[in-house]
Amino acid sequence: MATIILFAPLIGALICGFGWRIIGEKPAQWVSTGLLFLAAFLSWIVFLTHDGTTQQIPILRWIESGTLATDWAIRLDRLTAIMLIVITTVSALVHLYSFGYMAHDENFKEGESYRPRFFAYLSFFTFAMLMLVTADNLIQMFFGWEGVGVASYLLIGFYYRKPSANAAAIKAFVVNRVGDFGFALGIFALFFMVDSVNLDDIFAAGPQLAETQLTFLWRDWTASEVIAVLLFIGAMGKSAQLFLHTWLPDAMEGPTPVSALIHAATMVTAGVFLVCRMSPIMEYAPSATAFVTVIGASTAFFAATVGLVQNDIKRVIAYSTCSQLGYMFVAAGVGVYSVAMFHLFTHAFFKAMLFLGAGSVIHGMHHEQDMRNYGGLKDKLPYTFLAMLIGTLAITGVGIPLTHIGFAGFLSKDAVIESAFGAQSQPGMYAFWLLVLAAAMTSFYSWRLMFLTFWGDPRGDKHTHEHAHESPMVMLAPLGVLALGSVLAGMIWYGSFFGDHAQVNRFFGIPEHSEAAEDHGEEGASATEEQAASGSETAAGSTDDAGEGVGEAVEELAQGDVTEAVDDATEPTEDSHAADATHGEVMAGGWEAGAIYMAPENHVMDDAHHAPTWVKVSPFFAMLLGLGLSWLMYIRRPDLPGRLAESQPFLYQFLLNKWYFDEIYDAVFVRPAKKIGRFLWTRGDGAVIDGGINGVAMGLIPLLTRYAGRAQSGYLFHYAFAMVLGIALLITWMTLGGGAE
Amino acid sequence: MDNLLSIICFVPTLAAGILALFLRGDDAAAQKNAKWLALIATSVSFLLSLFVLAGFQPGAGFQFVEEGEWILGLTYKMGVDGISVLFVLLTTFLMPIVILSCWDVTTRVKEYMIAFLLLETLMLGVFMALDMVLFYLFFEAGLIPMFLIIGIWGGKERIYAAFKFFLYTFLGSVLMLVAMIAMYSDAGTTDIPTLLEHEFSYGTISVMGFQVVGGLQTMLWLAFFASFAVKMPMWPVHTWLPDAHVQAPTAGSVVLAAILLKLGGYGFIRFSLPMFPVASELLAPFVLWISAIAIVYTSLVALAQTDMKKLIAYSSVAHMGYVTAGIFSANQQGLDGAIFQMISHGFISGALFLCVGVIYDRMHTREIDAYGGLVNRMPAYALIFMLFTMANVGLPGTSGFVGEFLTLMGMFQTNTWVAAVATTGVILSAAYALWLYRRVVMGALIKESLKTIQDLTPREKWIFAPLVAMTLLLGVYPAPVLDRIGPAVADLLTNYDDAVAAADLGQPADTEVAEAQ
Repeated sequence: MATIILFAPLIGALICGFGWRIIGEKPAQWVSTGLLFLAAFLSWIVFLTHDGTTQQIPILRWIESGTLATDWAIRLDRLTAIMLIVITTVSALVHLYSFGYMAHDENFKEGESYRPRFFAYLSFFTFAMLMLVTADNLIQMFFGWEGVGVASYLLIGFYYRKPSANAAAIKAFVVNRVGDFGFALGIFALFFMVDSVNLDDIFAAGPQLAETQLTFLWRDWTASEVIAVLLFIGAMGKSAQLFLHTWLPDAMEGPTPVSALIHAATMVTAGVFLVCRMSPIMEYAPSATAFVTVIGASTAFFAATVGLVQNDIKRVIAYSTCSQLGYMFVAAGVGVYSVAMFHLFTHAFFKAMLFLGAGSVIHGMHHEQDMRNYGGLKDKLPYTFLAMLIGTLAITGVGIPLTHIGFAGFLSKDAVIESAFGAQSQPGMYAFWLLVLAAAMTSFYSWRLMFLTFWGDPRGDKHTHEHAHESPMVMLAPLGVLALGSVLAGMIWYGSFFGDHAQVNRFFGIPEHSEAAEDHGEEGASATEEQAASGSETAAGSTDDAGEGVGEAVEELAQGDVTEAVDDATEPTEDSHAADATHGEVMAGGWEAGAIYMAPENHVMDDAHHAPTWVKVSPFFAMLLGLGLSWLMYIRRPDLPGRLAESQPFLYQFLLNKWYFDEIYDAVFVRPAKKIGRFLWTRGDGAVIDGGINGVAMGLIPLLTRYAGRAQSGYLFHYAFAMVLGIALLITWMTLGGGAE
Repeated sequence: MDNLLSIICFVPTLAAGILALFLRGDDAAAQKNAKWLALIATSVSFLLSLFVLAGFQPGAGFQFVEEGEWILGLTYKMGVDGISVLFVLLTTFLMPIVILSCWDVTTRVKEYMIAFLLLETLMLGVFMALDMVLFYLFFEAGLIPMFLIIGIWGGKERIYAAFKFFLYTFLGSVLMLVAMIAMYSDAGTTDIPTLLEHEFSYGTISVMGFQVVGGLQTMLWLAFFASFAVKMPMWPVHTWLPDAHVQAPTAGSVVLAAILLKLGGYGFIRFSLPMFPVASELLAPFVLWISAIAIVYTSLVALAQTDMKKLIAYSSVAHMGYVTAGIFSANQQGLDGAIFQMISHGFISGALFLCVGVIYDRMHTREIDAYGGLVNRMPAYALIFMLFTMANVGLPGTSGFVGEFLTLMGMFQTNTWVAAVATTGVILSAAYALWLYRRVVMGALIKESLKTIQDLTPREKWIFAPLVAMTLLLGVYPAPVLDRIGPAVADLLTNYDDAVAAADLGQPADTEVAEAQ
């Protein structure tokens, strides 16, 4: 089934991209969309029936070299299952939506067939993204990683006649490559240390890596820290985190459905997925995860500040995405991977909906994207308005404080903020405060967007406003589905992602060992001890199903007799399965099974549950504050924003110009690179090498050319003949010389 | 067939002979005949080489060996092992494509075909030769047809470029010849398999007042290096390549980039690494650093180019940087990756030069600024150019990725600094390649001269088809290549590691140790 899910989009892309001339444009589009809906349907079946155990489905051999052995294979565990439904659902809806959105496009001439190409790209993207999340080894993940990069490049540059779109496409690809640079080095380092790139081997090596030194560049480092940081650099590129974020706002040059699918719901969350996927390594890299937390929090804050003043509706949402990704990284950074995935999951619904809603507005307003030219669209676009309203309520986190009732964003965002507080560390507190501030700003700019677009008087071109129209059904239906998710996704799955330990562990298929966190006092929980205790019940199981049967045993056992010390972790337990025993011998604890791993001493989730009430309600009040300010400035006193901008010109310009990151990068990297290139070419190659090393020859060449120039070019044969003669002479000399010896 | 390799190697020569002796006239019919004969000969050669591929046993050493007396007491010995067999296949595979790509040439067609046919024989000979003298003959003689192809059918500055090409590569080769004579006097044979077993001394010796660590091995290594480094070409002796490429006709560029550049890399793996392991180990850091510099340097230079062919030529130099660094990482991934990279670069760079050729044939300029917006009129071309651009930047799923990734992985195990510097090439290559693509293919079609440009003809599509197939196939399923080179590389490395361990480079090797061996 997973194989069908994986390849359906690829087949769709191929049929649609190459077959449309034969079967026609419309059928081609329907084929790719239909296959996507099939994949989405199967994904939900997989997700709902998934029992938490990890499945591996090999497909084909891939790169094999010495001890390096990689296969094309599918790894299906809870993390994958979550990503499967996110990707295929949003992608299927975006395909459907595109029927309406891409129906007419003024960027293309009459009669040009651009639609099949668009659908093929979308399906190809989906395939690459699925490859990324189903990868069983890091190199395959890298395939998906780069594959989505290419798809993103192609789709951002879809309007290939627009110079700005082309520039944005290249920027996205190259900045992502900067991240890939880190990712690739991380893979090399892992292979160097673990001698394998398969996830199972890597996960098992976590504790070992924490104790090994790796010489990297100028000094020795703890291996797990280096690897975690390098991998995170990859994640930063893909997920547009601070310093590598500059491509994301520019990526809005692509058609809006692309922004919804790639630059909100799926591709940009790949970095979060990677960090969660690598949790068995991350758990052993405390400094690296602190770094993740700080970067995540800073991004959340930075992007929110920039979002406050943007006027392009898509850019506001883009910065909002960037900011929300920061939230996810904070959750992952403090060690509550399930919450990072939770926010990723809910965010996919409401952010995709906000983008598609924005697309619907843009569509209705004849491709006008500047919010200053909107206003009063509430009645013109009633369904879009409703959807956007739900999306805004979800992203700003509306719900009933201290209960688990609210929109999706309410539950997941509060979980992130509580987790940051629960970390009880310096980076955690830094993150907590920045995230609360960012929550207020999120609320402000989200409502600003709503007020500017749907309330007030129509501004801008009168003609456009008169012809503003609601979008067709194919565009509204996806909005409806996503709205459902934005309302319910949080409440339904709250327990699975952020409930009590037993629930979360069962959901992610984590064996009971990490369960020690349940009772803080009993620090001594020994992996091997527990394994021994539960081993008798699971002895019949196969080698890699420690998660499943054990998971059940958890509830009874975990609380009980795990008080003994850990010192005998190396002692093989007689009735546990062979593979686990060998693992145990090598590394004393660490990951054994399950989609994510939380070290026994990682209590952040419980501490988050026990956070004080003021912490739990703070995001809610931050949200109210943002809403109030926004209402004041854009409904009550619409002259206020302009006056504020005038009184604080420096701050306003600073934010409007996105903290000048683009200008700085252009001055520091882009232009010098070209300048150095030109310098090396004319000076290095031209003057030094050709002029210096080759000086003698250079004196010779003009001489020869003059001579040759005089002769007919056919006389070149003479030189050739002379050469042969020369070789013959040398050989003769050599044979004679050799014979003499 | 006992002399299958010789047949494969000399079928093109036979055809060249027929052309030279029997084809008269220069009218359209004669030209057509010349092209067809060349195409048939190269295709026959390719089909025959498939038997070699089929009969090849991975890991079984030299196979299809032929040995015989030759003139002047020299030996004629041919054979292939896991390292060379795929280069043979690469050559025979590409040559029919090369011939097809010059189907529209009308000047001196007969001679042109003869030059390519002889060139094929000579290149195949390099990969097949198991005798040092034979190797040298093929290696050096290969210069001649290439020299002529650039010098006669090239662009405006062709004479300058031809001589630059010739002098650079020939000067390097003279040193190699001297080294070969020294090897012969030391080992008493020119038989390559025997030389591979022979241990050249590595005790420190004094040459003209200089203490040479690694002794004879180092001297020989340096001499071979001078030749192979130019052929690769490695920074800083790479400057002949951009000039040669720019002036060479399209088909010449394809052969140059796809096959001739591989001779140097092949030489390193056939001679330098296994025959002079101690010297290789001593000098590896030097090569690794030069390679890393080459990758960054030439990638930056590529960014500044205004001529499409020059840009791709510089990109080739950068890619060869991965190869040399992979080879001298001296581990399985590095070497596997280097060989894979060379094979894959054969397809990709060949295809890229063909891509340039396609639009050069139409517009007669290689200036990037003369183009823009080609996608509007040439969608098929845009697609193929995109694919090879992505393959060139090492996108996973194309063959370019496998080689690049493996070599970098190999480098990392030897020297993390070099690996980190070299990996920046991943970023830079994306920058220059996509920027080129954007300037040529993307955008609105504004230039008046381009308004009537035609998309790929069926012939051009057929030329690209096999290259596309190989690039994707090896990217998704590289096992056909890796399975064949893996055992040979593993053997090579076992011997290499033993030799290095025996030399005990912990302390500087001294004469006593050498004598004790």
